[in-house]
Amino acid sequence: MTELIDFLSNVGLKHYLIVAAILFSLGIYIVLTRRNAISILLGVELILNSAGLNYVAFSRFSSGNVDGQIYTIFIIMLAAAEAAIGLAIVLAIYQIFHTIDVEAAETLKD
Amino acid sequence: MEISAEVIIFYLVALVIIGSGCVVAFSRNIVHSAFSLLGTFGGVAALYVFLGADFVAAVQILIYVGGILVLILFAVMLTHRISDVQITNRTVGRIPGLIAVAVFLGILLKAINETNWAKVKEVAYAPTTAKIGDLFLGDYLLPFQIAAVVLLVALIGAITLSRKEIKE
Repeated sequence: MTELIDFLSNVGLKHYLIVAAILFSLGIYIVLTRRNAISILLGVELILNSAGLNYVAFSRFSSGNVDGQIYTIFIIMLAAAEAAIGLAIVLAIYQIFHTIDVEAAETLKD
Repeated sequence: MEISAEVIIFYLVALVIIGSGCVVAFSRNIVHSAFSLLGTFGGVAALYVFLGADFVAAVQILIYVGGILVLILFAVMLTHRISDVQITNRTVGRIPGLIAVAVFLGILLKAINETNWAKVKEVAYAPTTAKIGDLFLGDYLLPFQIAAVVLLVALIGAITLSRKEIKE
């Protein structure tokens, strides 16, 4: 019991990793179960955020230099590009199929 | 034993992140999902401040909250009959998905708990912007340039995908 209280009151690397792991799992759950294209993009944003959080946490607690923060900035930049392209594709799908349910957009199978 | 204010604020921020993440994952209305993403992004920015990454926190707020979130809200408004809650945020396979993700999370937590992570001696909080600028124009010059090209391609691609075709 005292071990647990000790662990909880000394915020360190593991706490940040646990928060990022929970965020990552929520993102995976969204990507697996949602059938709405925009919801899936929201899940991908959660996953990218958790990866960036991990990078910054390691850069503070494990390496001590700012290289990890640079990778986080690259992740944020790629997330911006991904959101722009992804939402443009979603809008194009909506104009053709009049829905953004990903199961409706399966004409490539035929 | 006393608990410092920093610890309490950390847990509050973590609660905000995970709580609004759960709303994103489990809400039946996509507008609620999109808006509660604000809590997640803001909370992650707060954790960046905790970790002494001031520049990254500012970038997170500027790009995620100011750019990506607004873009997503625009897309939600453009593509949905908002009143139609039944079809806006359909989910399939909740129970198998939940089980798979729970197992996955358990493995991750076990790995986090049992690994001996490398530890650095406690570093002082210092401004990071100058160091990041030096690295971007030094060691990371090539990735920086490639990132610029990627952004340009994404911009042109988004315009090409979303414009209306004009037929003669």
